[in-house]
Parts: sequence; structure tokens; C-alpha cells
Amino acid sequence: MTPDPLHLSPNIPQGGPGGGARPPGPAAGRYLTALGAILHRELARFLGQKSRLVAALVRPLVWLLVFAAGFRAALGLSITPPYQTYITYETYILPGLLGMICLFNGMQSSLSLVYDREMGSMRLLLTAPLPRGWLLFAKLLAGTLISLLQCLVFLGIGYAWGIRPPLAGLLAVIPALLLTGLMLGALGLLLSSLIRQLENFAGVMNFVIFPMFFLSSALYPLWKMAEASPALARACALNPFTQAVELIRFSLYLTPNWPALGWTCLATAIFAAAALYGYDPARGFTRAKG
Amino acid sequence: MSLKVENLSFSYGPRKALDDLSFALAPGSFTALLGPNGAGKSTLFSLLTRLFTAPKGQITIAGHDLGQAPLKALAALGVVFQQPTLDLDLTTRRNLLYYAALHGLRGPAARGLADEALATLSLTDRADTPARNLSGGQRRRVELARALIHRPAVLLLDEPSVGLDAASRRAITDHAHRLADRGTTVLWATHLTDEVGPTDRCLILHRGRLLADAPAGQIAEGTTLTDRFLALTAETA
Repeated sequence: MTPDPLHLSPNIPQGGPGGGARPPGPAAGRYLTALGAILHRELARFLGQKSRLVAALVRPLVWLLVFAAGFRAALGLSITPPYQTYITYETYILPGLLGMICLFNGMQSSLSLVYDREMGSMRLLLTAPLPRGWLLFAKLLAGTLISLLQCLVFLGIGYAWGIRPPLAGLLAVIPALLLTGLMLGALGLLLSSLIRQLENFAGVMNFVIFPMFFLSSALYPLWKMAEASPALARACALNPFTQAVELIRFSLYLTPNWPALGWTCLATAIFAAAALYGYDPARGFTRAKG
Repeated sequence: MSLKVENLSFSYGPRKALDDLSFALAPGSFTALLGPNGAGKSTLFSLLTRLFTAPKGQITIAGHDLGQAPLKALAALGVVFQQPTLDLDLTTRRNLLYYAALHGLRGPAARGLADEALATLSLTDRADTPARNLSGGQRRRVELARALIHRPAVLLLDEPSVGLDAASRRAITDHAHRLADRGTTVLWATHLTDEVGPTDRCLILHRGRLLADAPAGQIAEGTTLTDRFLALTAETA
């Protein structure tokens, strides 16, 4: 008799192999079940890591409470739409810092995707009997909801600090934040399909996060930048992050900004399509790993 | 046939990983895929699980062409990967339920299947233990239970005994044989000859090509499988 330290039971259920447990009903149910499970898992993981929420909030709070206070005196801001009056620098950079939360989250999801790939759990996800696009969308949506959650907490802290956009603006900004989260999450997804190893991730900081954040209207209005350098101002205007920040800014003050909405949607579509292409099993990232 | 691979070729740039590979596995059979490191086993498993696709060749799982009907083919497949893929923060049961949901199973039906899979692998008392607190052998069992939760027609195991002691390895191979006896088609990839029994069908893969396809005892030809395996892979080295 062979010793069995694993205590495996010889009684295997007779349900029979062959997809016997395939759920009945329409395919839509299976899609939603998987989506729900992925969202639940990612949100539970995020909420289980209290330190991650704190870390995610400390960064923009330092900018808001320290950096902005220091720069308030140095920067004079004239009245520009959507603002109806002179505003403090803290008020100006609030939308940019919401964008920053989404930007760092998008890159963090990218990092965790590369990690998942190296660790093998990405394999498990991608072998599920659902279209790869749907599985990636579920991951993307989970990351976006986590961004939104952080943004709402940050807005609450800002409100308590005295930065008070119209209350209706706090609702109107939600779709803008969701779109921004999707755009930057899709960019993160795209980057994760390009990055072969975790070690290369530092490059993302240098070549994606910093240029995207500093070459934008997050910290200074474009007209201010144009005074310093028209070329840099043009680069800022072309940056999809600028468009997303402006969308957040205008939504927060209940003012439509159709060009910003259009450009953000377009950038989201391009990043998502490129990410899907990057994860295509016929040409995808997984090849190099074997 | 439960699993059929026809004329499968795959290259990483100029390096051929699989070269015109063909084989077929009958329903309810146990087959060992034996090959040294770098033989192409992992590439074959990546292609069988559609992590990437081959430009040449065809894979059929439970009658479904993986290229034409990938979702139906994948639904009939259970996989234990070489790398650990458990979510260490989740309990054993939640790991199973997460996987079940990826297969569209939820609610009481999924819970029932999870409990059944846990019982089969004697993990019921560990159902609410976080995966982080399980031993290496227990984690492997959870991965096996998870791969079986949707009752797949074909079970792929990619070097599932890595990191386990000899007795645990024997227990898990015995269990895989029992699964085959009950109708599951099992493909067991390994580089360890002692995991292959004399009556097991054995495919020897080396440099992307099949060097042998016969019961292990027959391949051994009066010597040991290890000696024969070393000789075969040395001849073509």
C-alpha cells in the first residue's frame, strides 16, 4: 500500500467529465458572473490593503496641502473658465490631483499585471472560457472603480479643507473620473503588454508618469505655460492627460467641455485597441515568456 | 479523441520550439509527456491553453477546434500550471469559487461543486483557511481541486509535482490515474522518469519533436525508462 501523505480521497464524484458543470442559460450570464468575480476580487484585495489606500492618498494630499500652499504666493491665476472668480491655487490643482490619482492607479494596475504574469495568475485568468477582451475589460473596470473610490475620498478631504466645488459638480465629475480611469487604465494595460519584466517598470515612471503629469494642465494653466514656452504649451495641449484633467475640471464646475470629452474618449479607444492587440494570443506578450 | 494535436509547429524567432508535433489522447486515458528542460513542454501547454496561438497546426479539445471555437474548447479544459497560481490572500474555498465564476458558475451550484472538489481532495477541513497558511502539498491539492471544479473532459498538469516530496508526488500521480479511470483525459508533463509507470502511455518530447510514443515499459526495452530516456535524448543532442 502506497503511503498517501496528501490524503487524497479515492472517491471521485461520478458527475462525469466533459464540461458537465457548464452553466445553463445565456452566455450573458456567464460574462456577468466572471465580471462580478473579477471586480469583487480586485476591490476586496484593495480594501484589504489599508496601507495602499493611505499611500494612494498621501501623494496627492502632499501636493495639495504642502506644494500648493507654497506655490499659492508664487503663482497668480487670472479668471479662466470654468471658474467664475479668482481662485486659490489649491482649487486650481484639485482636478489635476484627481487625474494624478487615476494616473498612478493606472500604472499600478499595469505593474500588478506584469507581476501577475510573472507569477502565473495571469495564465489562470486568460485560460477562462471567455473572450480575452472581456477578461481584460473586467480587469480595467476593476482598476477604474478603485481609482474612483480614491478620488471620492480625496474630494471629501478637499471639501473639508475648504475646496468646495458645487455639490452637483461632485456628482457630475463621477463620469469624468470613470472615463479618465478607463483611459489611464487602458494605457497601463497597453504598457503591461509591452513590458517584458518587472525590473523594466522603473522606466515607466521616467518616461510615462512624469512627462504625462508635468506636461499637462494639472499644475499650471496652458496659457501660463505658453508664456514660458509656446512649444511646451503645444505639447501639453496634445497630451491626453491634459484633456482628461480639463474634463474633470469642467465637470466639477458643471460646464460642458466637448473637445476635452471627445479627445479623452478617442485616447481611451486608441489605448484600449492597442492593448487588445498587445494581448492578442496570435502575437501577444506571453510568447516571449513561453 | 479527447485531445488531438495535429502538425503543430511553433518558433520563437529562428528557434524552433515545436516541430510538426502530432498526437491524440483517447477519453479516460493517462498520458505522461516526458521531456528534458527546454524540450517544448511549456510551449505546448501554452498553446493547448491558448495563451498564445500557433501559426501552423491544429488543436482539438473534446471535439472543439481551439482555433475555431476557443471558448468551447477552453470550457472543457482543466489546468494545473507549473507556477503557483493561488491567490494567497483568499481562503481555499474562495479560490475555488473565483475560478468557478471565471467558468460562469455561481451561487449554490458553484458552492456545491466547490465543496465536492474539496471533499474529493480531502480539503474540507481547510476550506476556510487562507491559501497563505497552507503547505506546499496542500496548495497543489487546492490547485488540482480548482482545475476539476467544472468537471473538465481534459486535465492538463504541467509538472505539478515540483517542490513536493516523493510520497506526495506518488499520491498526486495516483490520484491523476484514478481520475483517468473515471473518464477524465489526463496529460501529465514531467521531466522526472520516476513519475511514469510502466503501463502509462508515454510521449517523449525532445527539441520540439516526439521521439517516442508507447507504453513506458515498451519504450524502456528491457532497461530502465531513465536509461532509455537519457539515451534517446543524448542520441539526438
